[in-house]
Amino acid sequence: MRVGIGRPTGLSSVSASTRSFSLPRKPEYITIPLVFVTLIAVWQGAVSYFNIDEFILPGPFEVAEEIWWGITSGALLPHAIVTAEETLLGFSLGAILGIIIGAVVSQFPLVEKTFFAYLVGLQTVPKLAIAPLIIVWFGFGLESKVFIAALIVFFPMVVNVIEGFQSSDQRQLDMLRAMGASGSQQFFLVKVPNALPFIFVGANVGVVLAILGAVVGEFVGAQEGLGYLILQYNYQLKIGKVFAVLVVLAVIGIALHLAIKTLQRKVVFWKKLSNRIEA
Amino acid sequence: MQLVKSSPSFEPKVDGNALIHFDGVAKRYRTVSGDSVHALDEVSLSIGSGEFLSIVGPSGCGKSTMLKILAGITSASRGSLYIDGKPVSGPQQNIGVVFQEPTLLPWHTVLRNVLIPADVARIPRIRLRDRAMQLLKLVGLEGFHDRYPNELSGGMQQRVSICRALLRDPAIMLMDEPFGALDALTRDHMNMELLRIWQAQHNTILFVTHSITEAVLLSDRVIVMSPRPGRILEEVRINLPRPRQLSLVNSASFGDYANHIRNLLDRSGALFSGAEESS
Repeated sequence: MRVGIGRPTGLSSVSASTRSFSLPRKPEYITIPLVFVTLIAVWQGAVSYFNIDEFILPGPFEVAEEIWWGITSGALLPHAIVTAEETLLGFSLGAILGIIIGAVVSQFPLVEKTFFAYLVGLQTVPKLAIAPLIIVWFGFGLESKVFIAALIVFFPMVVNVIEGFQSSDQRQLDMLRAMGASGSQQFFLVKVPNALPFIFVGANVGVVLAILGAVVGEFVGAQEGLGYLILQYNYQLKIGKVFAVLVVLAVIGIALHLAIKTLQRKVVFWKKLSNRIEA
Repeated sequence: MQLVKSSPSFEPKVDGNALIHFDGVAKRYRTVSGDSVHALDEVSLSIGSGEFLSIVGPSGCGKSTMLKILAGITSASRGSLYIDGKPVSGPQQNIGVVFQEPTLLPWHTVLRNVLIPADVARIPRIRLRDRAMQLLKLVGLEGFHDRYPNELSGGMQQRVSICRALLRDPAIMLMDEPFGALDALTRDHMNMELLRIWQAQHNTILFVTHSITEAVLLSDRVIVMSPRPGRILEEVRINLPRPRQLSLVNSASFGDYANHIRNLLDRSGALFSGAEESS
């Protein structure tokens, strides 16, 4: 009678149902490292075969050495912390503003239509192009980078939030209305949970853009941070160190992405549950 | 909180004190493309307290519209509607609604879904928890209270939605093709279960269906509707003994009722527009 009973919050049950006999439980755990090793090999092979100067493109082992140097000498860590802080603050600010404004705007069709017209207009402005302006307004410190990051996080966030609040299941709303639910009860019981998956879509896009915003801010005017470091090493033609910084940036990006994904699985768990009990 | 109402009489009191009274209720609405649709044409109907009344008719005959007007989800274009002698405008607290689809909130457990009417009425959930558990037991879902809707089959989900509608012991239950999406076997099972619940709860039930068999099997009275604009062709009183069993379907008198209703629909041209049942 009971087939594949899934634990409510567990993803393991989902993967268990998709497991096949020929492949291991999580085949991506094999393919992802495999592709990594292949890429490193191709990279090293190309550098050796074409005898590329390390001032132009260092091989993976030189880069690994530079990363090791960066970790042991402590040269990268303070800058990484600065950039991570700018990214997180910028992301949080942009996301919170996007959620609040999106949630409010989507409740009033006329406001939403008016707002959206300007939103689309502003969306076409390359926001990174106004980074120099923001440096002028907010200075060379933390605030300007946080603002740039928040600005580019805001757009994907607010668009997804509005769409999320508009995509509520009409049948669920009818069900609540038939019970005599007030507008605010409909909002919190149905509209907010329905918007959550969309909010996470926006957050996943936004968190990567936040790093971009912070680094571009550092390019334009800063005395610290990984973006600043990239410029410095570039001027000094320490290309191996530039690559080391890029790897650190990638690690920060992957960590933030995984953090959001983990939170997403916990919060919108029902989107993954499909194991049914037949009775 | 008592689960079973004290009066064990299954005799409907149709004449005299009507619980629900439709007085010349009509509905026109405008479609998205701007066409005016005359859905319901001057329906007058009285429903007694404790009565099980079914409405059959072809698709689009306005039978669901009647329920929606009664549930307060939509308003009548003309005519008046009274419950307990009082004119109705807007959703009522003493009405439970079961839709064609279970319309459960996938982010809440089964128990929490059953308790949604408590949230809407701002009653502490803990006060109705025992009642909810008893209802789940009544529909054979004991032990499933902390599952999530996606873990249940369609039939089980629909039973949860019936519990939700029954939570506050409503005087009136509105059921809009509640078993239409279920397979024939599950449907038979659910029909008998509904009769059992009704005899335990003794609410007044308005039941919209496409199935003539279902209507005759369940009801005290069957309202046969014409194609759009819907009006009442005939009220058929079903004088079959209660409690009813599924085997009743094979009896001669059951067949007479079913044939009579089918002929009514046939003469109105309804059978060409999809009123014929599949079971």
